[in-house]
Amino acid sequence: MTSVDLLIVGAGPAGMAAAIEARRHGVDVLVVDDQPEPGGQIWRSVETVAAAPRGALLGKAYQAGKSVAELFRASGAKYEPGTQVWQIEPGFRAFVTRNRQASTIQAKSIVLATGAQERPVPFPGWTLPGVLTVGAAQILLKTSGQIPDKPVWVAGSGPLPLLYMVQLLRAGGRIAGYLDTTPPGRGRATLPHLAKALGAAGDLLKGIAWLGMLRRAKVRIVKHVADIEAIGSERIEAVRYRTRNGQERTVPTEVLLVHEGVVPNIHATLALGCAVEWSESQDCYVPVLNGWGESSQSGIFLAGDGAGIAGAQAAVHRGTLAGLGVAMKLGRVSDRAAEEAARPVRQKLARELALRPFLDALYKPRPEVFAPKDATIVCRCEEVTAGDIRAMAAMGRPGPNQVKAFTRAGMGPCQGRQCGYTVTQILAAAEGRPAKDVGFYRVRPPLKPVTLGELASLEQQEKAS
Amino acid sequence: MSRIIPDTVVIGGGLHGLSAALHLARAGRRVVILERSWVGRHASGATAAGVRTLGRDLAEVPISLESMDMWHRIETIVGDNCGFHSYGQIRVAEFAEHLPILEKRASLIRQHGYSHEEIIDRSELMRLVPALSPHCVGALVARRDGAADPHRTLRAFRRSCEASGVVIHEGCGVTSIEQRGSDWHIRAGDKDYTVPVVVNAAGAWAARLAAMVGDVIPLGLKASMMIVTERLAPLLNPVVGVVGRSLSFKQSDQGTLVIGGGLQGSADIDTLKSTVNFVELAKGARAATDLFPSVRDVRITRTWAGMEAKTKDLLPVIGPSPNAPGVFHAFGFSGHGFQLVPVVGSIIADLVVRGKTERPIAPFSAERLMSTRAAA
Repeated sequence: MTSVDLLIVGAGPAGMAAAIEARRHGVDVLVVDDQPEPGGQIWRSVETVAAAPRGALLGKAYQAGKSVAELFRASGAKYEPGTQVWQIEPGFRAFVTRNRQASTIQAKSIVLATGAQERPVPFPGWTLPGVLTVGAAQILLKTSGQIPDKPVWVAGSGPLPLLYMVQLLRAGGRIAGYLDTTPPGRGRATLPHLAKALGAAGDLLKGIAWLGMLRRAKVRIVKHVADIEAIGSERIEAVRYRTRNGQERTVPTEVLLVHEGVVPNIHATLALGCAVEWSESQDCYVPVLNGWGESSQSGIFLAGDGAGIAGAQAAVHRGTLAGLGVAMKLGRVSDRAAEEAARPVRQKLARELALRPFLDALYKPRPEVFAPKDATIVCRCEEVTAGDIRAMAAMGRPGPNQVKAFTRAGMGPCQGRQCGYTVTQILAAAEGRPAKDVGFYRVRPPLKPVTLGELASLEQQEKAS
Repeated sequence: MSRIIPDTVVIGGGLHGLSAALHLARAGRRVVILERSWVGRHASGATAAGVRTLGRDLAEVPISLESMDMWHRIETIVGDNCGFHSYGQIRVAEFAEHLPILEKRASLIRQHGYSHEEIIDRSELMRLVPALSPHCVGALVARRDGAADPHRTLRAFRRSCEASGVVIHEGCGVTSIEQRGSDWHIRAGDKDYTVPVVVNAAGAWAARLAAMVGDVIPLGLKASMMIVTERLAPLLNPVVGVVGRSLSFKQSDQGTLVIGGGLQGSADIDTLKSTVNFVELAKGARAATDLFPSVRDVRITRTWAGMEAKTKDLLPVIGPSPNAPGVFHAFGFSGHGFQLVPVVGSIIADLVVRGKTERPIAPFSAERLMSTRAAA
């Protein structure tokens, strides 16, 4: 059993920043991460790729990760890549697996910097091979420079599809077309937030610049797409789409990339019993945190997109605040000095967050995302359809956990990460109550699938120690 | 529509509450179930659903054998087979020194005139469970035993209850029980009932209910842990346990492995929370991978700890309240109540409707657990 002051879960922007800051105050830090290298999703493989030609095509925001990774490496924090955390007990004792061997880590505080996941979007055919998320395609591009050899269709909404398409074009890939699912009238919805967003004009301009590049590259953009369907038997052969004015078309394709925004990874947060609240603007749960990112469970901090979607720069600031907060809690820095040091970081964070209400209003998921048709599979692991869940809802006012028990939705290896919010939203609609009242699955450990052999290895480990 | 006035309240919407309610309704009672959270929320939803006579306390054997007969015709009772398969339950001896323990048990069972547990040699064991590690030497088997699907069983009992006129109120916890003449006045949220008959099937919380009517019955708490894995190709049919270790290993109809065996997590009866202890659970994973080496790389998808009442002699409480006429107890199954569900419901109906039962339930009296107090 290892024992540390601070265990940080995740070596993305937030985790690295938290480690750097905590080390500055002499805190004994261990960072574990399931990837082989630091960087998280946004800066994946940044140490090796940033300087390579691929780094340039991924853009400046990506390359910025390299200096953070360097500071992290020099910080003196212990770092264990390739490590999965699958349970955290109060107190805190974390259970991890590395190289198929399970072990435990004792820690005084925890920073969860586990980032975000793409919002799952159930639609007919979404389980067919050849249908991927934009995020997954981007990972292939970042880590191995993989480019689909045929032109791809991209469908969705939000900044990520735009960024990915620009990166793909730069890398020599081809785009058959972009099915923009952003509903009409969003310009008006964003107006109240525009003034605030102008404070972060840099990022705002970035989005506009990406769109400009796509137009110059003559990428076909279909606006106001309401519904999509992937068609094929063994794998995707075509995509059918319908726009809000009723235009319907079917186009052949071998690859369809989908993205409807990201949501915080909430499983560990919920499993630890940290209080969460429903975010109407982001249609997901976010943890309730104080000014240092500490949750309702004393000693558990959240930083990065896991604390609420805000992007890489905000993640760095939140990580710094969490590192500072932990150091303060452990008595390594006085309250006053910590407040002093936090002030400029909080100002920078506020500037980053200023853009969010605008983006949230612009890219709020279309209603169809939460209302799949009856025949559409919602739980991919157990193949439970939206109709199955509505049938349950008709038998009373079940919550997600009853639906889980009786339909097996959420019982598979992904542990409800793919279907959780959809089940919540379907029940909310069917039962005529707000999503926040319906709630979410009770999260059962392990947080990541651990094998029977790995768990068995823990027994020998604990015996030996 | 005229409102039917109930004459019987069952407290607890677990399987024992449902079974009691079902048998009572079929015997003509007008039954309401009051369930604090939802049907099957605790032990009944967290069970491994083993249908086992193998290795039971001798006091339980008669009712357990009758219950087994009921399981074999469960479809005629609740209109669904509840996913019950009778592939047998097997208690494996890994090493030669474990065989005498099994032989002793087998002869004890025979002495009492039973024949449902039988010693088998290594070759018969390997025929029944080809995936078993070759180091195992023999076993005790109960061939009519098996396992069911807990949620399917819950659904079937619930549907049968409702079809028989039982009214189920979920999210409706009992806050007080008072005597009013020969009746009991029960408050539960915004509902209240005055009835002559109350069945206490409140599981882990049954002692608190019993105390409300004057029965002080000490009750412990169990938090038996379970592991469920991802699905895999058919591996085994019977339910497998082993001498000297905590293990119950089976494969569900869905293909998942369901691994239990009574390893204990922790539970808090007030916050309704139970917690898995992975260091302890590792022993179960170790036993599973020692007996079935091919499952080492199978991924665990969920674990949990169910919450259930435990008596000091690990036998249930089944029978009338010693202090409260009209109140009947059915709880304290101590981790092995699932198999008894059909028969205990029938026993409670006997006691309520006929005032007696032919089934031997003397060993399950509440009195045996209650300290003898001088009358006030």
